[in-house]
Amino acid sequence: MEEYGGGDLLSEAMGSAARVVVVEDCVEAPGAFVLHLLLKRALASGGAAAFLALAQPFTHYDRILRKMGCNLSLHRRNERLHFFELQAFPAGARNGAIADSLVRLYSEIQRVAEATRTEENAGQFTVMVDDITLLEVAAHGSVDDVLDFLHYCVTLTSEMNCWLVILIHEDIYAGEENMGLLLHLRHIADLVVKAAPLSTGLAADVHGQLSVVNKGTFNKQRANGQKVWNFHFKVKENGADFFYPGSRH
Amino acid sequence: MAEPIVRCLRDGRLDGEHSPALAVGGSLQCCQLAAGAMLHVAAALASQAAAGKAQARGLVVVVFDRSPEVYLEFMRRRGLDTNALNRCVRILDCYSDPLGWKQKIQNQQHRENSTKQFPANKDNITVFRNVKDVKKLMCSITEIGGGFEGEGKQYFSIAVDSISSMLRHASVPSISGLLSNLRSHEPVSSIFWLIHSDLHEPKVPRAFECLSTMVACVEPALVDPVCVESPGNLSVLEQNYSKAKFIVRLKRRNGRVKHFYEELYVEGTDVKFDSAPSVMTEVNQSLVPKVQFNLELSEKERTDRANVVLPFEHQGKGEPIRIYDGRRSLPEDQRDSNLAPALVDEIAPKSGTAKGEIHYVRDSDDEQPDSDEDPDDDLDI
Repeated sequence: MEEYGGGDLLSEAMGSAARVVVVEDCVEAPGAFVLHLLLKRALASGGAAAFLALAQPFTHYDRILRKMGCNLSLHRRNERLHFFELQAFPAGARNGAIADSLVRLYSEIQRVAEATRTEENAGQFTVMVDDITLLEVAAHGSVDDVLDFLHYCVTLTSEMNCWLVILIHEDIYAGEENMGLLLHLRHIADLVVKAAPLSTGLAADVHGQLSVVNKGTFNKQRANGQKVWNFHFKVKENGADFFYPGSRH
Repeated sequence: MAEPIVRCLRDGRLDGEHSPALAVGGSLQCCQLAAGAMLHVAAALASQAAAGKAQARGLVVVVFDRSPEVYLEFMRRRGLDTNALNRCVRILDCYSDPLGWKQKIQNQQHRENSTKQFPANKDNITVFRNVKDVKKLMCSITEIGGGFEGEGKQYFSIAVDSISSMLRHASVPSISGLLSNLRSHEPVSSIFWLIHSDLHEPKVPRAFECLSTMVACVEPALVDPVCVESPGNLSVLEQNYSKAKFIVRLKRRNGRVKHFYEELYVEGTDVKFDSAPSVMTEVNQSLVPKVQFNLELSEKERTDRANVVLPFEHQGKGEPIRIYDGRRSLPEDQRDSNLAPALVDEIAPKSGTAKGEIHYVRDSDDEQPDSDEDPDDDLDI
């Protein structure tokens, strides 16, 4: 199992054993840059990805990833990237047919995952969701339907060489009593990456802090490594820097 | 290693009684460890069944949260070979296709009417595709459980991982009904399940605890008094993901409740139990601030403190207490009056027994009460 490229703190913290990654963010510290980084790494070295875009159109990601040195249009043409434009999801579905739309969406994802797996030199397959909060909105608030869909995506991670990366906005659920979808996701996740602002407020050189909790799984060989990480990040045009507090001048 | 509960599950049911039931409860902070506890109990029970030491011939594991391979791999690492697994472990797979979506997709793709309710299964794994139908689930469990070979009465044990996932598809009454029915079902020797307490209202895990005869709570090893969510408390979080408290309550038939406490920790890909309560002392020590001077008392200091005679009138010993007020020397002292009273006792201890004393000198006797003098008279304002 190859690691998520790059020799930086994020890839070290994520390791290689985790399958289900949940990225949490908030308004003060957006976590979309983590998704962009992971997408770039997923497409590197022969891997393939299915990107469920509910937040932004393709042009947005294309522009950002191009500055990071990754040509999404090319990958899409080569069928390494399967881009699902879901801003209008579920188009035309009535209230009761949300589940059917999700089944159809899942079947598409399963189809591309299976197609990638049968290829020669098949690399890792990554399913990314940006973001799950919008999927809940599209499902008219039906957490059960969203969780059913996510469960089936999780089964792909155990049946095929597949990763699942989900972005969720933590501050939307913070006020609720039972935290709904967020708590379920934290339970499902093998790895939680949380982007938060600095307690000292805004800064020019540091855009926030990342906490990485690697819960570990019982079905993978992994050393008794560190499970909890915390470091600072700075988002740049061509990527992001990760560093421990006080280690940059 | 959680011996009492494994023993209880292994021994199974007595004639005329319902089977013993264990509820394993965990929360988000230690959900991996709670899962580890389930894996451990399942593997231990399967080993006992394979060795012929359990009432049950085999174990039926109903999996919702994890792939069946996780259980089988864990059991293999615990020493169960393929033969033993095939003989004594059956998995009802509600993880791979709980709502039948994959079968629906397959049907649409192939457009052939080759649907069987249970298509070709791997050796001991049966895929279940309709988790909303609790009655059908019960039938499948009892059908699979009845398939174990062996001599004597046909008993089997059941593990459910997890009730929390079941509750997403069916109501609390229907699932508690399922568990009750399974407990009273003759061939069921014992049953245990996992529930994530924080995913439900508090009354839901309690309702399932009432159905059980044993409750095992997996709780975080260290509780951060400030805030669990704050990323600053890394060491606390790190500890809580590596080990947890395993607290067991065993309800006996005579109504008495027995408590056990162990420490549960992860070692590589295995989970282990430790009966030594080392966690408690660690927590106590961390509450004392680390400073350069000694805030604690040694044994000698503690005994000396206990021996100090306090200057209260009513010590309860029945002796007359004299409070030394500095004007008269105590009868025992025949010393130079220049020496401070406290020093006298230190230099010449009496009769070998160390006796501490407090000498209280009243300094207010010189002053007449209700004096007309203004105490601030000497101020130059």
